[in-house]
Amino acid sequence: MSSQVRFTDFKSDKQPTWCPGCGDFGTMNGMMKALANTGNDPDNTFIVAGIGCSGKIGTYMHSYALHGVHGRALPVGIGVKAANPNLEVMVAGGDGDGYSIGAGHFVHAVRRNMDMTYVVMDNRIYGLTKGQFSPTSREDFETSTSPDGTHQAPVNPLALALAAGGTFIAQSFSSDAQRHAQIVQEAIEHPGFGFVNVYSPCVTFNDVDTYDYFRDSLVDLADDEDYDSTDYDQAKEVILDSDKEYQGVIYRDENSVPYNESMGLTENMSEIPDGAPEDAMDLVREFY
Amino acid sequence: MPEDLNWAIGGEAGDGIDSTGKIFAQALSRAGRHVFTSKDFASRIRGGYTAYKVRTSVDRVESVVDRLDILIALTQRTVDENLDELHEGSVIIYDGERTTMQDLEIPEGMIGLDVPLKSLAEDAGGAIMRNVVALGAACAVADFPIENLDESLQKRFGGKGESIVENNKEAARLGREYVRENYDHEFDYELETTDADYVLLNGDEAIGMGAIAAGCRFYSGYPITPATNVMEYLTGRIERYGGAVIQAEDELSAINMALGAARAGARAMTATSGPGIDLMTETFGLVATTETPLVIVDVMRSGPSTGMPTKQEQGDLNMLLYGGHGEIPRFVLAPTTVSECFHKAVEAFNLAEKYQTPVFLAADLALAVTEQTFPPEEFDMDAVEIDRGNVVSEGQIDEWVSESGQFQPHLETEDGISPRTFPGNAGGAHMTTGLEHDALGRRTEDTDVRVDQVDKRNRKVETAIEREDWSPREFGDADSDTLIISWGSNEGAMREAMGFLEEDGVSVRFVSVPYIFPRPDLTDAVEAADEVIVVECNATGQFADLVEHDALTRVKRINKYDGVRFKADELAEDVKRVLGESAEVTA
Ligand SMILES: Cc1ncc(C[n+]2csc(CCOP(=O)(O)OP(=O)(O)O)c2C)c(N)n1
Ligand code: SF4
Repeated sequence: MSSQVRFTDFKSDKQPTWCPGCGDFGTMNGMMKALANTGNDPDNTFIVAGIGCSGKIGTYMHSYALHGVHGRALPVGIGVKAANPNLEVMVAGGDGDGYSIGAGHFVHAVRRNMDMTYVVMDNRIYGLTKGQFSPTSREDFETSTSPDGTHQAPVNPLALALAAGGTFIAQSFSSDAQRHAQIVQEAIEHPGFGFVNVYSPCVTFNDVDTYDYFRDSLVDLADDEDYDSTDYDQAKEVILDSDKEYQGVIYRDENSVPYNESMGLTENMSEIPDGAPEDAMDLVREFY
Repeated sequence: MPEDLNWAIGGEAGDGIDSTGKIFAQALSRAGRHVFTSKDFASRIRGGYTAYKVRTSVDRVESVVDRLDILIALTQRTVDENLDELHEGSVIIYDGERTTMQDLEIPEGMIGLDVPLKSLAEDAGGAIMRNVVALGAACAVADFPIENLDESLQKRFGGKGESIVENNKEAARLGREYVRENYDHEFDYELETTDADYVLLNGDEAIGMGAIAAGCRFYSGYPITPATNVMEYLTGRIERYGGAVIQAEDELSAINMALGAARAGARAMTATSGPGIDLMTETFGLVATTETPLVIVDVMRSGPSTGMPTKQEQGDLNMLLYGGHGEIPRFVLAPTTVSECFHKAVEAFNLAEKYQTPVFLAADLALAVTEQTFPPEEFDMDAVEIDRGNVVSEGQIDEWVSESGQFQPHLETEDGISPRTFPGNAGGAHMTTGLEHDALGRRTEDTDVRVDQVDKRNRKVETAIEREDWSPREFGDADSDTLIISWGSNEGAMREAMGFLEEDGVSVRFVSVPYIFPRPDLTDAVEAADEVIVVECNATGQFADLVEHDALTRVKRINKYDGVRFKADELAEDVKRVLGESAEVTA
């Protein structure tokens, strides 16, 4: 991969239609930087996007990409990576896409540990459908479909990932540009499923989980000398701490063996012979 | 002796019915005899009636008939369940020492062979071999050389050690000797052997084999009866060719994984049955709109809902033709025989890649679980051709870029087929989306572009109609006034039914249709006939509706939806009944 790739090479010539100030701008810029920094280029990168404001990201970036149906981006990414492990596969979507309709796939993608990166733009609301509560919305969050709160506890995606055997669990904040890019970069470099939940505020529909709120409450684990991201118990404590918001690499399993590796997926499956395989008659003879 | 022998072993699920039946079927096949198997099974693992039936003849057999000549009954229920098929002279082999079988009453005219299966098995080394004792007894009845059974036992138990094989051979011999010594009845049967070489396989296996032959490298699926065998076949085999099988968490995931793999350039497939097809429907449109080549197999079973999971039906046709919101181009193929499962799988991959569309393969339970013998040449690997369609290699990408230098995955071409390049190829980076898009794959709501893209996708179907051969398979008397049409797995039963009909002086023209969409134009054939009957395994006549729609006329229907495939002799009666009725009407 060429070393001259700049992060702007991952930008498409489409102007984003996100609301001015939307957190997704920062999330995307960080992803592009992380991809460039890890030596990837648009031609070896495959981005799968979910449905939602967040899912539009594939349109604004330049790479091989697919924008699928709501909630199913992860399986598409797994298929891409399985068929060509040389590709850098990144899946991106919203909290609704990933933790509601796609929650089943999320848990299984985590435990499958395919070597890919999953970035969730968590704005704790449904943006594209104009402001209904999402699975990460607070219990008392008032929206058009929850006039007096949601009456249900929010999903803790990090806890879900940890319980599912996640090998790389991180959280970042889209407006802390440098840290966010760095964290996504570490997720890409991680051998296995790199999961980053990104606080990516919706300035139009969520006036609770705002930039100010995250800026004020965010604790950066990098500032804590005693924090060891390879320590499962420490990670568990941070993840289950509902009083604070954290950013940084929360958990990293140093012994992670990616699924593609353990399954022996090394070949680019796009190359096949002109006819049946040479020994194909053996397949028939098995039935004697 | 009759030309064919119908044999069955039945008992409770968990009694080893399947493997015993398979041992016998393989022995027959290796002895150069044709075999056609069918299974009665219930949707449970232990308990519940289950049977494995084998029809065998020196000539090719393509269906089941309503007749049973030799039955190994491990339970009373086995006899009860098959009473209709047993006839005068049928032989029932059972173990009278078994407490539940002591009161067995052999129906009038039938021959009961009470063989102490368990005791003899114990003599040979273990009660577990009682089914093999029964096989030996059946060899005595059918006058089938037991040496041919030996090879099958070797194949089945070889992995467990030579002494196990020897014990089983001994068990078979004890069974045979017991019958010879204790019954001096002259049985009607003599299963001669031939030098012919046959392979014995079922439709699910043939689909898997076709997929590998066609270069399929990625399969993802979620287990469901009766499609699971496709996944089980591919697992452990596809890896030899650099491919992979992934068992997904559900069907939504399975089809999306396969879609991802196809985007990455692999020939990819998923298979499921009714309930799973419902879940996959969400993604049909995405596959079609993103113009991703994908083979989707539906091994149909009885619906609706979870219906009768282990029973036959062809009820998903409308689902495959129309499933999914909006309007999407797609191809629907329906293999008509076990070997056609192989050929249609190969064809499906070529169509998918040439036209960049989803291709549905509509198989069904009857095909999936039927094992049938074929000369190996029927699966001619040298004849497999692979056409990947308009794939643009790295060096050619420049020819297909827009003015701004970007690759155009949805370029509007005259034939509707756009260029395709695989990720990793320099200069080809592009996106695609389920949203309506322009030539570059970017979202649009521009009315003109929308219309152009819809037309472009539909144009691929027109192109395919022109370029490919969508002919049906024709049998019987082309000039007959009676036209019988069927699709999918009914071909074998109907072909044999024609033989029965001929005996009664009824000759018919039979058109077996393996292409549901696009499909052959049957208008001329329908117009030329006085009587048109469409035969299918569903209640409402989904294919008959299509024929009526195409030919603008009414047709008669034979519908079977009791969960059991058509039997040749039964079907012949049905045809006569329908023809007779109309004769009355016209008289
Ligand atoms: C099957 C299906 N159901 C519902 C929708 C409508 N829908 C589009 S986006 C969305 C929610 C998106 O929320 P989120 O993932 O949080 O993304 P955001 O827009 O907030 O970035 C929904 C429900 C859909 N497109 N498909
Ligand atoms: S609605 Fe919210 S999430 Fe969507 S673009 Fe606007 S600010 Fe961003």
